[in-house]
Amino acid sequence: MGIRRTLLGSAVAVAGMAGVAGYAMAAEVTVVCGSVGQGAKLCKGAATEWAKETGNTVKFFAAPASSTEQLALYQQILSSGSSDIDVFQIDVIWPGILGSHLADLKPYSNGAEDMHFQPIVANNTYKGKLVAMPWYTDAGLLFYRKDLLEKHGEKAPETWGDLTASAKKIQDAERAAGNNKMWGFVYQAKAYEGLTCDALEWVDSFGGGDVVNADGDITINNEKAAKALSLAASWTGTIAPSGVLSYQEEDARGVFQSGNAVFMRNWPYAWSLGQADDSPIKGKIGVMALPKGGEDGKQTGTLGGWQLAVSKYSKDPEAAASLVMHLTSKKSQKQRAIEGSYNPTIAELYSDADVLAASPFMGQLKDTFTNAVARPSRATGSNYNKVSNAFYNAVHDVLSGKTEAEASLAKLEKNLKRIKRKGW
Amino acid sequence: MNRQMKSILFYSLVVVVVIFSVFPFYYAIVTSFRSGQELFNPSVFPTSFTMGNYFSIFKEQPFGLNILNSVIVATSVVVLSLIIAVTASYALARIHFRGRGLLLMTILSVSMFPQVAILSGMYELIRSMGLYNSLPGLIIPNTVLTLPFTVWVLTTFMKELPKELEEAAVVDGASPLTIVRRIFLPLMWPAMVTTGLLAFIGAWNEFLFALTFTLSNEVRTVPVAIALMSGATEYELPWGNIMAASVLVTVPIVVLVLVFQRKIVAGLTAGAVKG
Amino acid sequence: MTLALQQDGTATRKAKRSNLSSARLRAAWLFLAPMMIALAAVAGWPLLRTIWLGFTDANLTDLSQSQFIGFENYLSYYDGEAYGVLVDAEWWNAVWNTLWFSVISVGFETLFGLLIALILNAEFKGRGLVRAAVLIPWAIPTIVSAKMWGWMLHDQFGVINEILLSVGILSEPIAWTADPSTAMWAVIMVDVWKTTPFMALLTLAALQMLPGDIYEAARVDGINPIRVFFKVTLPLIRPAIIVAVIFRSLDALRVFDLIYVLTSSSTSTMSMSVYARQQLVDFQEVGYGSAAATLLFIVIALLTTITVVAGGLKSGEGEQS
Repeated sequence: MGIRRTLLGSAVAVAGMAGVAGYAMAAEVTVVCGSVGQGAKLCKGAATEWAKETGNTVKFFAAPASSTEQLALYQQILSSGSSDIDVFQIDVIWPGILGSHLADLKPYSNGAEDMHFQPIVANNTYKGKLVAMPWYTDAGLLFYRKDLLEKHGEKAPETWGDLTASAKKIQDAERAAGNNKMWGFVYQAKAYEGLTCDALEWVDSFGGGDVVNADGDITINNEKAAKALSLAASWTGTIAPSGVLSYQEEDARGVFQSGNAVFMRNWPYAWSLGQADDSPIKGKIGVMALPKGGEDGKQTGTLGGWQLAVSKYSKDPEAAASLVMHLTSKKSQKQRAIEGSYNPTIAELYSDADVLAASPFMGQLKDTFTNAVARPSRATGSNYNKVSNAFYNAVHDVLSGKTEAEASLAKLEKNLKRIKRKGW
Repeated sequence: MNRQMKSILFYSLVVVVVIFSVFPFYYAIVTSFRSGQELFNPSVFPTSFTMGNYFSIFKEQPFGLNILNSVIVATSVVVLSLIIAVTASYALARIHFRGRGLLLMTILSVSMFPQVAILSGMYELIRSMGLYNSLPGLIIPNTVLTLPFTVWVLTTFMKELPKELEEAAVVDGASPLTIVRRIFLPLMWPAMVTTGLLAFIGAWNEFLFALTFTLSNEVRTVPVAIALMSGATEYELPWGNIMAASVLVTVPIVVLVLVFQRKIVAGLTAGAVKG
Repeated sequence: MTLALQQDGTATRKAKRSNLSSARLRAAWLFLAPMMIALAAVAGWPLLRTIWLGFTDANLTDLSQSQFIGFENYLSYYDGEAYGVLVDAEWWNAVWNTLWFSVISVGFETLFGLLIALILNAEFKGRGLVRAAVLIPWAIPTIVSAKMWGWMLHDQFGVINEILLSVGILSEPIAWTADPSTAMWAVIMVDVWKTTPFMALLTLAALQMLPGDIYEAARVDGINPIRVFFKVTLPLIRPAIIVAVIFRSLDALRVFDLIYVLTSSSTSTMSMSVYARQQLVDFQEVGYGSAAATLLFIVIALLTTITVVAGGLKSGEGEQS
């Protein structure tokens, strides 16, 4: 057996498979990939394929679907130096948090990272080490009801101001026509990470920066940011239900997909669900980049997405890294893009005919994905969660009308300074 | 107020209590038969009927095994904690010794620490004992965490029993173990069934340990399995599946209560012995 | 309350039974040993570890790098500004939320629990089924019931709003868990729903152990049932109720999953446990979070001691065995 495996391993290595040399012994690699539905299925398929090719075995670990709980569990496992899980799927904001427990993938990557979007690669570099490989990317998008906009003679909004106006107009007209449950705009405004994403988009589209800039300076207390938040605060209870203050992605999607909202800010996943056969708004949805802050603002979207990383405590980091390379390879990403609409992190794939045939909007939105604004997780490192928490709470206070935008941002700046006291 | 009025009042009170208790469960059942867009329909009454959710929970994960794990863990916790607690509470309730109060408070203090705070210490302990990702790794911490409660409740009940009960036996020179077995056990049934049931449900519902101390689907318990159920995407919640699973795991508890409630009633006759 | 806190001073007929006593004493320690070993081994170490970590600057990023820093996590001064749990407004907000939550919800639970126990103690047709029905809320895993209620309380698809709207109590849907003015009440309501069965069952067990002849005598004497309840029943079941209240309060003061799932880390409902967990896990501040957890422990210990002592002294007066 041993010899056959070695031979097989070598054969694979010769074939250039991920460029990793053959193993003397078959390894068992425990992997967390795609805790959910289609993504998990695709990942399992690809990982099993890798196992067959290399003669190793893979074990799958189902992690909690909620990313906060996933992070908690990983921290528990990693901080005890346990080797129970070899390959982790990590959120785009985690490299700074988990970085010290992750292995450097550069020795195994053979330069594969050069094909990927460079901002994401930079995001995944922690203290000079490449701690994770980009897997798929995400960005906030604006979904709208094509049919309603047409019916009321509105065009897709250029700026948030336009959006506010058309949302109000259509909402009022629809309500007058008897649709009492109609709302103009739904988004995620519960006090959680999702609000950080939404608020960052508002602030950035107005040119208000990204809370903490790349040098680690706190930039959030500025006029443009205040303007953005004041506008957002004006939505609560007017064009958005006041319950939006406890909405996460699914709540917003529920309202929108039930046909009760004109606009929705959400991640790309909402597209395929909205187009499902039982969806009341099938065929009536439009997708576009989020509006600009004003005439001189810019289109933006918060960068999301997932990476694959190898634990520093893995018993066989080589095998684990080889699996990561396989899962993030062009071939795997292409398959995921076609079968699961996961946005690749390899630029080339956005002009791939097969990919575009499967999900046309992907090519159209390539710019959104490449120009997405990153949350300040790199600059703030392991303090990111504190920064994000302070930020979304401050925004939530503004949205719920508890505080004025200016006052809240001033207080936020003070809080961030307190957090920064020992440096990020 | 005549008799009839009284019983009408009484029964309407019963109805209110039952409705308040059962409504969410009823709603869970209704929801478990809905799928897709139907899930967003807030109607109180059944609007559609698909068994799909019930099939898919068994198809997508070893849910049968998860239920079995939960049964094993919860039952072991009950048996272990009752054995330890009955003897301990006899000592605490019927035998006078110095430092008893302090001991009781120390036992109680175990219940004063937030679970989130002892989680990481517990995790290291479980790993160092080699019990990580195994059922004993769940049984032991759960038993220890239910102990303060079981011990306190049984101690209280045992103290309520009259002194004369054991006096004769003590004078006859019966060993403490015999006294516990022969005299107290038969009288303690209602209290033991009740605490046992509560400990069972506690262990059955425990989530944080079960999530942290297990790794593979095969050793997971029901709450973890339910919490880890996922929709097609990261943000999607599989409501139908979650509800179907909740309905399924609640049924055993209801059956358990129906079976054991005779034992709780048995307390009435036991009480008569005291007089 | 007849807890062992008060020493039974009347150790009667000491000399006569001194031999027996010492044998019983030995048996007592033997009986206590398994429990004490289990508690010390499995619970003691994590507790002590947490208290110790509260005095260090441990961080999840690298636990091995932690250093002893004394009381800095509790209170320290830096550049003229005070830092630490003790001066953190959010912590005190969490303490206040937790106390408020505990008092209100345990109060309601005790009341409803007693009521339900009295109902279940009466003889009527279908008692077994009602008993099982009442236990259902307790039987549904907290995680699940919190999610379920979150869904039922949803402002747009929630069945609660649907019912209240159709009955005409509400004119427009309320965002129960989002609105700071209703969020805490929503949490309390769900907690009461969920844990009243616990109270009811413990109270019922106590009721079942009462001797039947007392009631017989009262009935023969024609005493008003309400009077019987307050004069006879309540004093007799009080020890059991107090134990139930203590354990419910301990749980309520540590409340975590329910709030975490229903309203996550919103400041209007944040409890002490949620605060500690946020520091420990979300912010990776193991040292600071452990300090918060230790404070939580101290707060609970104080409150429990007060309850036990107060409850114990009072019932001690009327005790006669």
